[in-house]
Amino acid sequence: MAEYIHASGGPLFHIGRYVLMIKRCFVKPERAIMYWKETLVQMSNIGVGSVVIILLISFFIGAVSAVQFAYNLSASMVPMEFVGLIVKESMILELAPTVSCLILAGKIGSNLASELGTMRLTEQIDALEIMGVNTISYLIGPKLAAAITMIPLLVIIAACTGIYGGMLAGSLSGYVSSSDYLQGVLMSFVPYNITVMMVKSIVFGFVLTSVSCYQGFYSHGSAIEIGKASTRAVVLSCVMVLFADLILTWLLLK
Amino acid sequence: MIEVKDVRKKFGTQEVLKGISAIFESGKNNLIIGKSGSGKTVLLKCIVGLLTPTSGHVYFDEQDYVAMKIEEKNEIRRKLGMLFQGGALFDSLTVEQNVRFPLDMFTKMSLSDKSDRVNEVLKRVNLMNTNSKFPSQLSGGMQKRTGIARAIVMNPKYLFCDEPNSGLDPQTSIVIDELIMEITEEYNITTITNTHDMNSVIANGDKIIFLHEGNKHWEGDKVSLFQSDNQELIDFIFASDFLKEARDARHNKLIAKIPK
Repeated sequence: MAEYIHASGGPLFHIGRYVLMIKRCFVKPERAIMYWKETLVQMSNIGVGSVVIILLISFFIGAVSAVQFAYNLSASMVPMEFVGLIVKESMILELAPTVSCLILAGKIGSNLASELGTMRLTEQIDALEIMGVNTISYLIGPKLAAAITMIPLLVIIAACTGIYGGMLAGSLSGYVSSSDYLQGVLMSFVPYNITVMMVKSIVFGFVLTSVSCYQGFYSHGSAIEIGKASTRAVVLSCVMVLFADLILTWLLLK
Repeated sequence: MIEVKDVRKKFGTQEVLKGISAIFESGKNNLIIGKSGSGKTVLLKCIVGLLTPTSGHVYFDEQDYVAMKIEEKNEIRRKLGMLFQGGALFDSLTVEQNVRFPLDMFTKMSLSDKSDRVNEVLKRVNLMNTNSKFPSQLSGGMQKRTGIARAIVMNPKYLFCDEPNSGLDPQTSIVIDELIMEITEEYNITTITNTHDMNSVIANGDKIIFLHEGNKHWEGDKVSLFQSDNQELIDFIFASDFLKEARDARHNKLIAKIPK
Protein backbone atom coordinates (compact mmCIF):
# COMPACT_ATOMS: atom_id res chain seq x y z
CA MET A 1 0.00 0.00 0.00
CA ALA A 2 2.68 2.47 1.07
CA GLU A 3 4.36 2.53 -2.34
CA TYR A 4 1.07 3.47 -3.98
CA ILE A 5 0.98 6.46 -1.66
CA HIS A 6 4.29 7.72 -2.97
CA ALA A 7 3.54 6.88 -6.56
CA SER A 8 2.30 9.74 -8.66
CA GLY A 9 0.95 9.90 -12.12
CA GLY A 10 -1.38 11.59 -14.54
CA PRO A 11 -5.16 11.91 -14.40
CA LEU A 12 -5.68 8.30 -15.55
CA PHE A 13 -3.54 7.03 -12.67
CA HIS A 14 -5.63 9.00 -10.17
CA ILE A 15 -8.95 7.96 -11.73
CA GLY A 16 -7.88 4.31 -11.64
CA ARG A 17 -6.71 4.54 -8.04
CA TYR A 18 -9.90 6.39 -7.06
CA VAL A 19 -12.07 3.65 -8.64
CA LEU A 20 -10.07 0.93 -6.85
CA MET A 21 -10.46 2.84 -3.59
CA ILE A 22 -14.23 3.01 -4.02
CA LYS A 23 -14.31 -0.70 -4.86
CA ARG A 24 -12.39 -1.55 -1.70
CA CYS A 25 -14.89 0.43 0.40
CA PHE A 26 -17.49 -2.25 -0.23
CA VAL A 27 -15.67 -5.38 0.95
CA LYS A 28 -16.97 -7.49 3.83
CA PRO A 29 -16.13 -5.79 7.13
CA GLU A 30 -13.94 -7.59 9.65
CA ARG A 31 -16.45 -6.83 12.38
CA ALA A 32 -19.71 -5.14 11.39
CA ILE A 33 -20.36 -3.60 14.82
CA MET A 34 -17.09 -1.63 14.66
CA TYR A 35 -18.04 -0.26 11.25
CA TRP A 36 -21.51 0.62 12.49
CA LYS A 37 -20.07 2.48 15.50
CA GLU A 38 -17.71 4.38 13.22
CA THR A 39 -20.62 5.22 10.89
CA LEU A 40 -22.58 6.68 13.82
CA VAL A 41 -19.58 8.81 14.83
CA GLN A 42 -19.28 10.09 11.26
CA MET A 43 -23.03 10.76 11.03
CA SER A 44 -22.68 12.96 14.06
CA ASN A 45 -19.59 14.74 12.68
CA ILE A 46 -20.90 15.22 9.16
CA GLY A 47 -24.60 15.67 9.89
CA VAL A 48 -25.14 17.18 13.32
CA GLY A 49 -21.90 19.14 13.10
CA SER A 50 -23.05 20.89 9.92
CA VAL A 51 -26.60 21.85 10.88
CA VAL A 52 -25.79 25.36 12.12
CA ILE A 53 -23.81 26.42 9.06
CA ILE A 54 -26.47 24.99 6.74
CA LEU A 55 -29.24 26.85 8.61
CA LEU A 56 -27.30 30.09 8.44
CA ILE A 57 -26.27 29.90 4.79
CA SER A 58 -29.59 28.67 3.44
CA PHE A 59 -31.56 31.26 5.38
CA PHE A 60 -29.56 34.08 3.78
CA ILE A 61 -29.64 32.51 0.32
CA GLY A 62 -33.43 32.22 0.50
CA ALA A 63 -33.75 35.75 1.85
CA VAL A 64 -31.52 37.31 -0.81
CA SER A 65 -33.24 35.32 -3.58
CA ALA A 66 -36.68 36.51 -2.45
CA VAL A 67 -35.66 40.15 -2.35
CA GLN A 68 -33.97 39.97 -5.76
CA PHE A 69 -36.87 38.19 -7.42
CA ALA A 70 -39.33 40.62 -5.83
CA TYR A 71 -37.25 43.57 -7.04
CA ASN A 72 -37.23 42.20 -10.59
CA LEU A 73 -40.94 41.40 -10.55
CA SER A 74 -41.94 44.70 -8.99
CA ALA A 75 -41.65 46.52 -12.32
CA SER A 76 -43.69 43.85 -14.16
CA MET A 77 -47.29 42.81 -14.14
CA VAL A 78 -46.47 39.42 -12.60
CA PRO A 79 -48.25 38.92 -9.26
CA MET A 80 -46.02 38.96 -6.17
CA GLU A 81 -47.17 35.44 -5.13
CA PHE A 82 -44.77 34.20 -7.79
CA VAL A 83 -41.85 35.26 -5.59
CA GLY A 84 -42.74 32.37 -3.26
CA LEU A 85 -43.05 29.96 -6.18
CA ILE A 86 -39.73 31.00 -7.74
CA VAL A 87 -37.85 30.86 -4.43
CA LYS A 88 -39.32 27.43 -3.64
CA GLU A 89 -38.46 26.00 -7.07
CA SER A 90 -34.96 27.45 -7.15
CA MET A 91 -34.25 26.30 -3.59
CA ILE A 92 -35.46 22.75 -4.28
CA LEU A 93 -33.99 22.29 -7.72
CA GLU A 94 -30.67 24.09 -7.42
CA LEU A 95 -29.79 26.27 -4.45
CA ALA A 96 -30.41 23.85 -1.58
CA PRO A 97 -28.57 20.82 -3.02
CA THR A 98 -25.80 22.60 -4.92
CA VAL A 99 -24.94 25.53 -2.67
CA SER A 100 -25.29 23.40 0.49
CA CYS A 101 -22.95 20.79 -0.96
CA LEU A 102 -20.45 23.45 -2.03
CA ILE A 103 -20.46 24.76 1.54
CA LEU A 104 -20.17 21.21 2.87
CA ALA A 105 -17.30 20.53 0.47
CA GLY A 106 -15.44 23.32 2.25
CA LYS A 107 -16.35 22.24 5.75
CA ILE A 108 -16.44 18.44 5.54
CA GLY A 109 -13.98 18.07 2.65
CA SER A 110 -11.11 19.85 4.36
CA ASN A 111 -11.93 18.11 7.62
CA LEU A 112 -11.87 14.61 6.10
CA ALA A 113 -8.74 15.25 4.06
CA SER A 114 -6.80 16.63 7.01
CA GLU A 115 -8.03 13.89 9.36
CA LEU A 116 -6.93 11.10 7.01
CA GLY A 117 -3.77 12.98 6.05
CA THR A 118 -2.78 13.31 9.70
CA MET A 119 -3.51 9.62 10.26
CA ARG A 120 -1.24 8.82 7.32
CA LEU A 121 1.52 11.15 8.54
CA THR A 122 1.48 9.79 12.10
CA GLU A 123 1.47 6.16 10.84
CA GLN A 124 -1.99 5.45 12.30
CA ILE A 125 -3.10 4.05 8.92
CA ASP A 126 0.01 1.83 8.79
CA ALA A 127 -0.81 0.64 12.32
CA LEU A 128 -4.29 -0.39 11.16
CA GLU A 129 -2.83 -2.15 8.11
CA ILE A 130 -0.38 -4.09 10.27
CA MET A 131 -3.27 -5.26 12.47
CA GLY A 132 -4.92 -6.69 9.34
CA VAL A 133 -7.70 -4.09 9.08
CA ASN A 134 -8.90 -3.19 5.58
CA THR A 135 -8.04 0.47 6.05
CA ILE A 136 -9.94 1.83 3.06
CA SER A 137 -13.08 -0.01 4.02
CA TYR A 138 -12.84 0.93 7.71
CA LEU A 139 -11.77 4.54 7.36
CA ILE A 140 -13.60 5.63 4.20
CA GLY A 141 -16.63 3.31 4.03
CA PRO A 142 -18.35 4.68 7.16
CA LYS A 143 -17.68 8.27 6.04
CA LEU A 144 -19.35 7.59 2.69
CA ALA A 145 -22.29 5.85 4.36
CA ALA A 146 -22.69 8.74 6.80
CA ALA A 147 -22.46 11.35 4.03
CA ILE A 148 -25.04 9.80 1.72
CA THR A 149 -27.40 9.46 4.69
CA MET A 150 -26.91 12.82 6.36
CA ILE A 151 -26.31 15.18 3.44
CA PRO A 152 -29.80 14.63 1.93
CA LEU A 153 -31.26 15.43 5.35
CA LEU A 154 -29.16 18.60 5.53
CA VAL A 155 -30.35 19.54 2.05
CA ILE A 156 -34.00 19.13 3.11
CA ILE A 157 -33.30 21.39 6.09
CA ALA A 158 -31.58 23.88 3.75
CA ALA A 159 -34.55 23.95 1.36
CA CYS A 160 -37.06 24.54 4.16
CA THR A 161 -34.88 27.18 5.83
CA GLY A 162 -34.27 28.97 2.52
CA ILE A 163 -37.98 29.12 1.74
CA TYR A 164 -38.66 30.42 5.25
CA GLY A 165 -35.83 32.96 4.92
CA GLY A 166 -37.39 34.19 1.67
CA MET A 167 -40.75 34.69 3.35
CA LEU A 168 -39.21 36.63 6.22
CA ALA A 169 -37.06 38.85 3.98
CA GLY A 170 -39.95 39.44 1.56
CA SER A 171 -42.30 40.61 4.28
CA LEU A 172 -39.66 42.63 6.18
CA SER A 173 -38.60 44.43 3.00
CA GLY A 174 -42.25 45.14 2.18
CA TYR A 175 -42.06 43.59 -1.30
CA VAL A 176 -44.34 40.64 -0.64
CA SER A 177 -46.61 39.81 2.27
CA SER A 178 -46.26 36.50 4.08
CA SER A 179 -49.66 35.31 2.91
CA ASP A 180 -48.90 36.11 -0.76
CA TYR A 181 -45.54 34.43 -0.44
CA LEU A 182 -47.06 31.30 1.12
CA GLN A 183 -49.72 31.23 -1.58
CA GLY A 184 -46.92 31.15 -4.14
CA VAL A 185 -45.07 28.44 -2.23
CA LEU A 186 -48.16 26.22 -2.22
CA MET A 187 -48.78 26.87 -5.93
CA SER A 188 -48.03 24.01 -8.41
CA PHE A 189 -46.22 21.49 -6.28
CA VAL A 190 -44.22 19.02 -8.42
CA PRO A 191 -43.15 15.95 -6.39
CA TYR A 192 -40.60 15.00 -9.07
CA ASN A 193 -38.59 18.11 -8.12
CA ILE A 194 -38.13 16.65 -4.65
CA THR A 195 -36.79 13.48 -6.26
CA VAL A 196 -34.34 15.58 -8.28
CA MET A 197 -33.22 17.34 -5.09
CA MET A 198 -32.69 14.04 -3.26
CA VAL A 199 -30.82 12.42 -6.15
CA LYS A 200 -28.58 15.46 -6.44
CA SER A 201 -27.85 15.56 -2.70
CA ILE A 202 -26.98 11.84 -2.55
CA VAL A 203 -24.68 12.08 -5.59
CA PHE A 204 -23.05 15.32 -4.38
CA GLY A 205 -22.58 13.83 -0.89
CA PHE A 206 -20.89 10.79 -2.36
CA VAL A 207 -18.70 12.86 -4.67
CA LEU A 208 -17.49 15.40 -2.12
CA THR A 209 -16.80 12.75 0.54
CA SER A 210 -15.03 10.28 -1.72
CA VAL A 211 -12.90 12.94 -3.43
CA SER A 212 -11.87 14.45 -0.08
CA CYS A 213 -11.12 11.04 1.43
CA TYR A 214 -9.04 10.14 -1.63
CA GLN A 215 -6.96 13.30 -1.22
CA GLY A 216 -6.42 12.71 2.49
CA PHE A 217 -5.83 8.96 2.35
CA TYR A 218 -3.17 9.16 -0.34
CA SER A 219 -1.39 12.23 1.00
CA HIS A 220 2.19 11.78 2.11
CA GLY A 221 5.17 13.75 3.29
CA SER A 222 4.95 16.55 5.80
CA ALA A 223 2.36 18.78 7.47
CA ILE A 224 2.61 21.12 4.47
CA GLU A 225 1.45 18.26 2.23
CA ILE A 226 -1.60 17.76 4.44
CA GLY A 227 -2.46 21.43 4.00
CA LYS A 228 -2.09 21.05 0.24
CA ALA A 229 -4.17 17.86 0.23
CA SER A 230 -6.85 19.66 2.19
CA THR A 231 -6.93 22.53 -0.31
CA ARG A 232 -7.01 20.08 -3.24
CA ALA A 233 -9.86 18.22 -1.56
CA VAL A 234 -11.99 21.37 -1.32
CA VAL A 235 -11.21 22.65 -4.82
CA LEU A 236 -11.68 19.26 -6.53
CA SER A 237 -14.84 18.49 -4.55
CA CYS A 238 -16.37 21.82 -5.57
CA VAL A 239 -15.47 21.31 -9.24
CA MET A 240 -16.75 17.72 -9.22
CA VAL A 241 -19.99 18.77 -7.49
CA LEU A 242 -20.59 21.45 -10.14
CA PHE A 243 -19.76 18.99 -12.91
CA ALA A 244 -22.12 16.38 -11.43
CA ASP A 245 -24.75 19.13 -11.09
CA LEU A 246 -24.59 19.85 -14.81
CA ILE A 247 -24.78 16.16 -15.76
CA LEU A 248 -27.66 15.43 -13.37
CA THR A 249 -29.61 18.49 -14.43
CA TRP A 250 -29.27 17.42 -18.06
CA LEU A 251 -30.28 13.86 -17.29
CA LEU A 252 -33.09 14.54 -14.86
CA LEU A 253 -34.70 17.65 -16.34
CA LYS A 254 -34.61 16.74 -20.02
CA MET B 1 11.10 -17.62 12.82
CA ILE B 2 11.21 -15.12 9.99
CA GLU B 3 13.46 -15.54 7.00
CA VAL B 4 14.18 -13.04 4.25
CA LYS B 5 15.75 -14.34 1.04
CA ASP B 6 17.45 -12.10 -1.48
CA VAL B 7 15.07 -9.21 -0.85
CA ARG B 8 15.49 -6.33 -3.27
CA LYS B 9 13.58 -3.09 -3.35
CA LYS B 10 13.73 -0.40 -5.99
CA PHE B 11 12.08 3.02 -5.97
CA GLY B 12 12.21 4.11 -9.60
CA THR B 13 15.81 3.61 -10.61
CA GLN B 14 17.16 3.76 -7.08
CA GLU B 15 17.81 0.35 -5.52
CA VAL B 16 17.44 0.71 -1.76
CA LEU B 17 17.78 -2.97 -0.82
CA LYS B 18 20.31 -4.97 -2.82
CA GLY B 19 19.52 -8.60 -2.07
CA ILE B 20 19.22 -8.98 1.70
CA SER B 21 19.07 -12.49 3.16
CA ALA B 22 18.78 -13.18 6.87
CA ILE B 23 17.11 -15.36 9.47
CA PHE B 24 15.42 -13.82 12.51
CA GLU B 25 15.07 -16.34 15.29
CA SER B 26 12.23 -16.88 17.77
CA GLY B 27 12.64 -15.77 21.37
CA LYS B 28 15.44 -13.42 20.39
CA ASN B 29 15.67 -9.70 19.95
CA ASN B 30 16.92 -9.38 16.38
CA LEU B 31 18.31 -5.96 15.61
CA ILE B 32 18.67 -4.26 12.25
CA ILE B 33 21.21 -1.48 12.49
CA GLY B 34 22.76 0.95 10.07
CA LYS B 35 23.14 4.60 9.21
CA SER B 36 20.22 6.73 8.14
CA GLY B 37 19.39 5.86 4.54
CA SER B 38 20.95 2.39 4.75
CA GLY B 39 17.60 0.70 4.11
CA LYS B 40 16.60 -0.39 7.66
CA THR B 41 13.08 1.00 7.56
CA VAL B 42 12.50 -0.20 3.99
CA LEU B 43 13.58 -3.72 5.01
CA LEU B 44 11.27 -3.65 8.04
CA LYS B 45 8.38 -2.40 5.87
CA CYS B 46 9.07 -5.16 3.33
CA ILE B 47 8.98 -7.75 6.10
CA VAL B 48 5.68 -6.56 7.59
CA GLY B 49 4.13 -6.06 4.15
CA LEU B 50 3.75 -2.29 4.08
CA LEU B 51 6.02 -2.41 1.03
CA THR B 52 6.23 -5.21 -1.54
CA PRO B 53 9.79 -6.25 -2.39
CA THR B 54 10.76 -5.81 -6.05
CA SER B 55 12.10 -9.38 -5.83
CA GLY B 56 12.88 -11.92 -3.14
CA HIS B 57 10.90 -13.69 -0.46
CA VAL B 58 9.84 -13.18 3.15
CA TYR B 59 8.91 -16.33 5.07
CA PHE B 60 6.92 -16.36 8.30
CA ASP B 61 7.48 -19.85 9.71
CA GLU B 62 8.20 -21.11 6.18
CA GLN B 63 5.09 -19.53 4.63
CA ASP B 64 5.90 -17.19 1.76
CA TYR B 65 4.34 -13.90 2.84
CA VAL B 66 5.09 -12.02 -0.39
CA ALA B 67 3.22 -14.55 -2.54
CA MET B 68 0.13 -14.59 -0.29
CA LYS B 69 -3.25 -13.10 -1.20
CA ILE B 70 -4.44 -10.13 0.84
CA GLU B 71 -6.82 -12.30 2.95
CA GLU B 72 -3.97 -14.70 3.79
CA LYS B 73 -1.70 -11.77 4.60
CA ASN B 74 -4.34 -10.39 6.94
CA GLU B 75 -4.38 -13.73 8.78
CA ILE B 76 -0.60 -13.46 9.32
CA ARG B 77 -0.95 -9.79 10.24
CA ARG B 78 -3.20 -10.70 13.13
CA LYS B 79 -0.20 -12.51 14.60
CA LEU B 80 1.98 -9.40 14.24
CA GLY B 81 2.49 -6.60 16.68
CA MET B 82 4.27 -3.42 15.72
CA LEU B 83 5.63 -0.57 17.75
CA PHE B 84 5.93 2.52 15.56
CA GLN B 85 8.51 5.25 15.90
CA GLY B 86 5.92 7.84 16.97
CA GLY B 87 3.64 5.39 18.75
CA ALA B 88 0.94 5.65 16.04
CA LEU B 89 -1.77 5.76 18.68
CA PHE B 90 -5.27 6.72 17.55
CA ASP B 91 -5.70 10.34 18.67
CA SER B 92 -9.43 10.17 19.20
CA LEU B 93 -9.28 7.09 21.44
CA THR B 94 -8.21 6.80 25.06
CA VAL B 95 -5.32 4.59 26.16
CA GLU B 96 -7.77 1.81 27.05
CA GLN B 97 -9.63 2.11 23.73
CA ASN B 98 -6.34 2.14 21.82
CA VAL B 99 -5.13 -1.05 23.48
CA ARG B 100 -8.57 -2.67 23.20
CA PHE B 101 -8.94 -1.83 19.51
CA PRO B 102 -7.49 -5.10 18.09
CA LEU B 103 -9.65 -7.09 20.53
CA ASP B 104 -12.76 -5.14 19.49
CA MET B 105 -11.98 -5.63 15.83
CA PHE B 106 -10.91 -9.26 15.72
CA THR B 107 -12.30 -11.11 18.72
CA LYS B 108 -15.71 -11.89 20.12
CA MET B 109 -14.58 -11.59 23.73
CA SER B 110 -17.00 -10.11 26.22
CA LEU B 111 -16.45 -6.54 27.35
CA SER B 112 -15.31 -7.64 30.81
CA ASP B 113 -12.83 -10.15 29.35
CA LYS B 114 -11.48 -7.45 27.06
CA SER B 115 -11.14 -5.02 29.96
CA ASP B 116 -9.30 -7.66 31.99
CA ARG B 117 -6.91 -8.33 29.11
CA VAL B 118 -6.32 -4.61 28.55
CA ASN B 119 -5.60 -4.04 32.25
CA GLU B 120 -3.26 -7.04 32.25
CA VAL B 121 -1.13 -5.70 29.39
CA LEU B 122 -1.21 -2.15 30.73
CA LYS B 123 0.07 -3.49 34.05
CA ARG B 124 2.72 -5.43 32.14
CA VAL B 125 4.04 -2.21 30.62
CA ASN B 126 3.70 -0.31 33.92
CA LEU B 127 0.87 1.92 32.75
CA MET B 128 -1.73 1.60 35.45
CA ASN B 129 -4.32 4.37 36.00
CA THR B 130 -3.92 5.84 32.55
CA ASN B 131 -6.88 4.03 30.96
CA SER B 132 -8.97 7.14 30.39
CA LYS B 133 -6.15 9.40 29.20
CA PHE B 134 -5.80 10.44 25.58
CA PRO B 135 -2.48 10.05 23.71
CA SER B 136 -1.94 13.82 23.76
CA GLN B 137 -1.93 13.69 27.57
CA LEU B 138 0.91 11.16 27.69
CA SER B 139 4.68 11.61 27.67
CA GLY B 140 6.77 10.13 24.83
CA GLY B 141 7.79 7.14 26.96
CA MET B 142 4.20 6.48 28.03
CA GLN B 143 3.05 6.65 24.39
CA LYS B 144 5.69 4.07 23.48
CA ARG B 145 4.57 1.84 26.34
CA THR B 146 0.95 2.18 25.22
CA GLY B 147 2.13 1.24 21.72
CA ILE B 148 3.82 -1.85 23.16
CA ALA B 149 0.68 -2.73 25.11
CA ARG B 150 -1.41 -2.47 21.93
CA ALA B 151 1.16 -4.53 20.02
CA ILE B 152 1.11 -7.41 22.53
CA VAL B 153 -2.58 -7.43 23.48
CA MET B 154 -3.37 -10.11 20.87
CA ASN B 155 -0.44 -12.32 22.00
CA PRO B 156 1.54 -11.85 18.79
CA LYS B 157 4.04 -14.37 17.47
CA TYR B 158 6.11 -11.63 15.88
CA LEU B 159 6.92 -8.19 17.23
CA PHE B 160 8.39 -5.37 15.15
CA CYS B 161 9.80 -2.23 16.67
CA ASP B 162 10.72 0.73 14.49
CA GLU B 163 13.28 2.82 16.36
CA PRO B 164 11.67 2.34 19.77
CA ASN B 165 14.08 4.75 21.47
CA SER B 166 13.82 7.71 19.15
CA GLY B 167 12.94 10.90 20.99
CA LEU B 168 13.40 9.35 24.43
CA ASP B 169 15.92 10.19 27.15
CA PRO B 170 18.58 7.49 27.84
CA GLN B 171 16.91 6.29 31.03
CA THR B 172 13.47 5.85 29.43
CA SER B 173 15.17 4.21 26.43
CA ILE B 174 16.62 1.57 28.72
CA VAL B 175 13.20 0.97 30.30
CA ILE B 176 11.64 0.47 26.84
CA ASP B 177 14.51 -1.80 25.72
CA GLU B 178 14.24 -3.94 28.84
CA LEU B 179 10.51 -4.19 28.37
CA ILE B 180 10.91 -5.37 24.78
CA MET B 181 13.54 -7.91 25.86
CA GLU B 182 11.39 -9.23 28.71
CA ILE B 183 8.32 -9.56 26.50
CA THR B 184 10.34 -11.29 23.78
CA GLU B 185 11.64 -13.90 26.19
CA GLU B 186 8.43 -14.26 28.19
CA TYR B 187 6.18 -14.92 25.18
CA ASN B 188 8.88 -16.49 22.96
CA ILE B 189 8.22 -13.89 20.28
CA THR B 190 10.31 -13.28 17.17
CA THR B 191 11.23 -9.64 17.69
CA ILE B 192 12.83 -7.50 15.02
CA THR B 193 13.96 -4.07 16.13
CA ASN B 194 15.18 -1.39 13.84
CA THR B 195 17.49 0.92 15.77
CA HIS B 196 20.54 3.11 15.76
CA ASP B 197 20.66 3.48 19.50
CA MET B 198 24.04 2.08 20.56
CA ASN B 199 22.94 1.30 24.12
CA SER B 200 20.25 -1.02 22.70
CA VAL B 201 22.70 -2.63 20.32
CA ILE B 202 25.30 -3.33 22.98
CA ALA B 203 22.82 -4.41 25.66
CA ASN B 204 20.16 -6.31 23.72
CA GLY B 205 21.59 -7.49 20.41
CA ASP B 206 20.92 -11.24 20.51
CA LYS B 207 21.32 -11.11 16.79
CA ILE B 208 22.47 -8.07 14.86
CA ILE B 209 22.31 -7.35 11.16
CA PHE B 210 24.26 -4.36 9.94
CA LEU B 211 23.04 -2.72 6.73
CA HIS B 212 25.23 -0.43 4.69
CA GLU B 213 24.03 1.20 1.46
CA GLY B 214 21.34 -1.45 0.98
CA ASN B 215 23.63 -4.43 1.53
CA LYS B 216 23.99 -6.72 4.54
CA HIS B 217 27.52 -5.86 5.59
CA TRP B 218 27.81 -7.81 8.79
CA GLU B 219 25.88 -10.26 10.95
CA GLY B 220 26.60 -11.31 14.49
CA ASP B 221 25.69 -10.64 18.12
CA LYS B 222 26.59 -8.15 20.84
CA VAL B 223 29.70 -10.16 21.80
CA SER B 224 31.13 -10.56 18.32
CA LEU B 225 30.41 -6.89 17.69
CA PHE B 226 33.53 -5.95 19.68
CA GLN B 227 35.74 -8.34 17.78
CA SER B 228 34.60 -7.42 14.30
CA ASP B 229 37.12 -5.88 11.94
CA ASN B 230 34.45 -4.64 9.54
CA GLN B 231 35.50 -1.01 9.10
CA GLU B 232 32.02 0.34 8.24
CA LEU B 233 30.60 -1.35 11.31
CA ILE B 234 33.38 -0.02 13.54
CA ASP B 235 32.89 3.48 12.19
CA PHE B 236 29.15 3.21 12.75
CA ILE B 237 29.19 1.69 16.25
CA PHE B 238 32.15 3.54 17.67
CA ALA B 239 31.40 6.85 16.05
CA SER B 240 32.76 9.12 18.77
CA ASP B 241 36.29 9.28 20.16
CA PHE B 242 34.95 8.38 23.58
CA LEU B 243 33.43 5.13 22.28
CA LYS B 244 36.61 4.32 20.34
CA GLU B 245 38.68 4.74 23.52
CA ALA B 246 36.23 2.61 25.46
CA ARG B 247 36.49 -0.11 22.82
CA ASP B 248 40.32 -0.01 22.86
CA ALA B 249 40.34 -0.07 26.65
CA ARG B 250 38.11 -3.14 26.66
CA HIS B 251 40.21 -4.73 23.94
CA ASN B 252 43.46 -4.11 25.88
CA LYS B 253 41.87 -5.45 29.04
CA LEU B 254 40.94 -8.64 27.22
CA ILE B 255 44.47 -9.01 25.80
CA ALA B 256 45.98 -8.48 29.26
CA LYS B 257 43.88 -11.37 30.55
CA ILE B 258 45.36 -13.80 28.01
CA PRO B 259 48.13 -15.83 29.80
CA LYS B 260 51.56 -15.40 28.25
